[in-house]
Amino acid sequence: MFGWEFPPHILGGLGTASYGLTKGMHANGNLDITFVIPKPWGDEEKGFANIIGACNTPVAWRDVSWDYVNQRIGKVMDPQTYFDLRDHIYADFNYMRLNDLGCIEFSGRYPDNLVEEINNYSIVAGVIARTVPCDIIHAHDWLTYPAGIHAKNVTGKPLVIHVHASEFDRSRGKPNPTVFAIEKDGMNNADHIITVSNLTRKTVIENYGIDPAKVTTVHNAVIPLDEETLNLKRTETKDKVITFLGRITMQKGPEYFVEAAAKVLKKDKNVRFVMAGGGDMEKDMIRLAAKRNIADRFHFTGFLRGKEVYQMFRDSDVYVMPSVSEPFGISPLEAMEMGVPSIISKQSGCAEILDNVIKTDYWDVDAMADAMHSIISNKALYNTLRDRGIEEIHGITWEKAGKKVIDIYNKVIESRQ
Amino acid sequence: MKSVCFYFKIHQPFRLKRYRFFDIGNDHYYFDDFANDEIITRVAQQSYIPMTETLIQMVENSNREFKCSLSISGTAIEQLQLYVPEYIDLLKKLADTGCLEILAGTYSHSLSSLEDPEEFMREVKQHSDLIKRLFGLTPKVFANTELIYDDEIATLIAAMGYKVILTEGAKHILGWKSPDYVYSAISAPDVKLLLTNDKLADDIARNFNNTAWDEYPLTADKYVDWIASLPENEQVVNLYLSMDTFGTFLPKDTGIFEFMKALPYFGKEKGVAFTTPSEVTAKLKPVDALSVAFPISDIDEARDVSAWKGNELQNEALGKLYGVAERVSLCQDRRLKQDWEYLQSSDHFYYMSTKNMADGASHAAFSPYDSPFAAFTNYMNVLADFLVRVEEQYPENIDNEELNSLLLTIRNQASEINELNKEVKNLRNNILNADDSTNAPKEELVEIAEKDDVEAPAPKKRGRKPAAKTTAKKSKK
Repeated sequence: MFGWEFPPHILGGLGTASYGLTKGMHANGNLDITFVIPKPWGDEEKGFANIIGACNTPVAWRDVSWDYVNQRIGKVMDPQTYFDLRDHIYADFNYMRLNDLGCIEFSGRYPDNLVEEINNYSIVAGVIARTVPCDIIHAHDWLTYPAGIHAKNVTGKPLVIHVHASEFDRSRGKPNPTVFAIEKDGMNNADHIITVSNLTRKTVIENYGIDPAKVTTVHNAVIPLDEETLNLKRTETKDKVITFLGRITMQKGPEYFVEAAAKVLKKDKNVRFVMAGGGDMEKDMIRLAAKRNIADRFHFTGFLRGKEVYQMFRDSDVYVMPSVSEPFGISPLEAMEMGVPSIISKQSGCAEILDNVIKTDYWDVDAMADAMHSIISNKALYNTLRDRGIEEIHGITWEKAGKKVIDIYNKVIESRQ
Repeated sequence: MKSVCFYFKIHQPFRLKRYRFFDIGNDHYYFDDFANDEIITRVAQQSYIPMTETLIQMVENSNREFKCSLSISGTAIEQLQLYVPEYIDLLKKLADTGCLEILAGTYSHSLSSLEDPEEFMREVKQHSDLIKRLFGLTPKVFANTELIYDDEIATLIAAMGYKVILTEGAKHILGWKSPDYVYSAISAPDVKLLLTNDKLADDIARNFNNTAWDEYPLTADKYVDWIASLPENEQVVNLYLSMDTFGTFLPKDTGIFEFMKALPYFGKEKGVAFTTPSEVTAKLKPVDALSVAFPISDIDEARDVSAWKGNELQNEALGKLYGVAERVSLCQDRRLKQDWEYLQSSDHFYYMSTKNMADGASHAAFSPYDSPFAAFTNYMNVLADFLVRVEEQYPENIDNEELNSLLLTIRNQASEINELNKEVKNLRNNILNADDSTNAPKEELVEIAEKDDVEAPAPKKRGRKPAAKTTAKKSKK
């Protein structure tokens, strides 16, 4: 499996989803999973998958001792794996910028030279594919498609790609041609494509011209939160808190949240709005809130990480996700599990499976404001959404999603024989 | 000779328009005129009009031997008067044949029988007044909103003077008993109960057009045969059907109208009479008393009231609505009263049901909303505005207890006045009888009567005074 992010070092939903799915598949049993990520930190959860870091995989021979390797990367990877990988270097990459172990450095984030990093990742994938025996290759999102294709060419095993998001979602319909090309290439080479919602499936079929028979939807699930998170104490506030949580980018529709907030505040002054997260539209949103004259009741938190996210949920009365186009959107599920009633846009993938949320069109600011007001002013609605929401989320497990993915594997392998 | 009673139900609610919270306090008109017009006009054209014409023909062709009954809500009548007035004329024509019995019910098809007995009685009276005014008929048989019934409701209905109630032949109440007898209410022994036969009604409503059904196609011959071959003691079959079943759910080209037209002929042949509930209950004696501890209805699989009172949202909305019932009953504002009426329609609560599975589908099919949450939000916004208007008339800071005591004194005074008037009358009669010798006592009596008249409006004034005082205090602060 090729992924880009892995908890706890995550930048978006991709890491959480890859992690949950892998864990869910492991729970179904009888499966050895090797998970490749650009840069492991050593504090990733182990046990259900063997994690290999691309930044620790040698692509050029270096004569190093076992002890040296152990001292350098021992906390992240078993040194033996390093030597196994070293035995499978397939070309001379000494012309590249390499470190003392003969590895390429990765940031594991989304740097400016992202395309170069993706390319390097695929070089590394060649080494890994030669080392680790496998029956199927699974690539998560466009960043890893080239690596997946490379591994498929090396091993001849079927490739399944997992579309967590497409360029059409990220760019509101104005795709970057480079990214589009990588995605299209990945889809063409894939033996099967898994999408996280029917919405994404439709995009894949219509915008990338893929045969519908090759595309299956497996809805995401949510990892049950631990006791500690669920028992977080609420910070007592006098006012009701309505929260937007996510990257502040065009895709997430933050401006509709601000507009709806302005409508609610015109009627009800005892509400505070929080926009949690970072992104390229943050400044615009601060400006917009000021322009609507609600800055005294509209707060920005900056990027939240780990526990801060759940504390934010705990302190919220309503969670809003007004995404213009959301392939799936896992955060409303987390909010619901924390007992926070959610409002989501009909244009998000998770709307396909959730019942106990309020769904509005992302552009329907009136409806969104109305729903916000209704939840904070009607205890009965709040309670119903909270209690039924928790119940509903408990029925959505990664194990079920993992089962579906395994079924797809079996089908793909069978059709090859 | 077996009797079959057809009951046709007509109801349409005043659907609410999309009403956002920022409209609260600004916009006092709540209804979606376009949808209401469109729906009732369509249903009337497809169903009500052709069906009623069919019924008139059936009456005429059978020498007035075919009879049936109608349960129509006040809101439906109002909408028909507004949008399809020709249908009211058609109904009058049917009523004038003398072969139509109109049942009593709640004016707005409401849940008041479960929530507020006084409002319930007021609604029933308003409904029967409307029927009397329009059709010149006084309803004698009672059919509650979706046949909601329990022992308590029976006593209320009995108190209003109705002797016959139609209700649901719910399996969990009847057990092994058959619905095809006349029963009596355990809490009101004088009241006769008629129970619907769901199986035979569903054979028309659901199976007539169902090709997968093993008895398909259903013919009038066969259907009347089934009724005629019921055990000899089973004397009355009550078929409660929504009028829009005919023409809407069973379109004209299924032959449903021809099926209906053929019924009286076969009835005559096989000794089955189509009659009215009043006629049936006049002849038959109750075989047993039925006890219904928890309310039943003809809605959903469970045949209980969970379709309207099944979740917290519905209970909240109902609680808020009926919380102001007393205040509204004191109001004189006609528009406020009208809105009060329309907001009570059970449909609003039906849309808020969060049941899934089989029932959920039929809830969703009738709902103008995306989800029960949207239905709740919209209704609560409207209700919030309505409550503000009630508040303006009767501020909330006179608490209900105070109001209750005032209401009590007013009511007591009314009955006191009645009693005193009676006494005056008696005394007057005595005096007349006692061969008027002196004028003096008479004058005294007149004085007393006058005093009463003066006293009567006084409590009302008192009722408003505290309100004025408290608001004055507030503004000072």
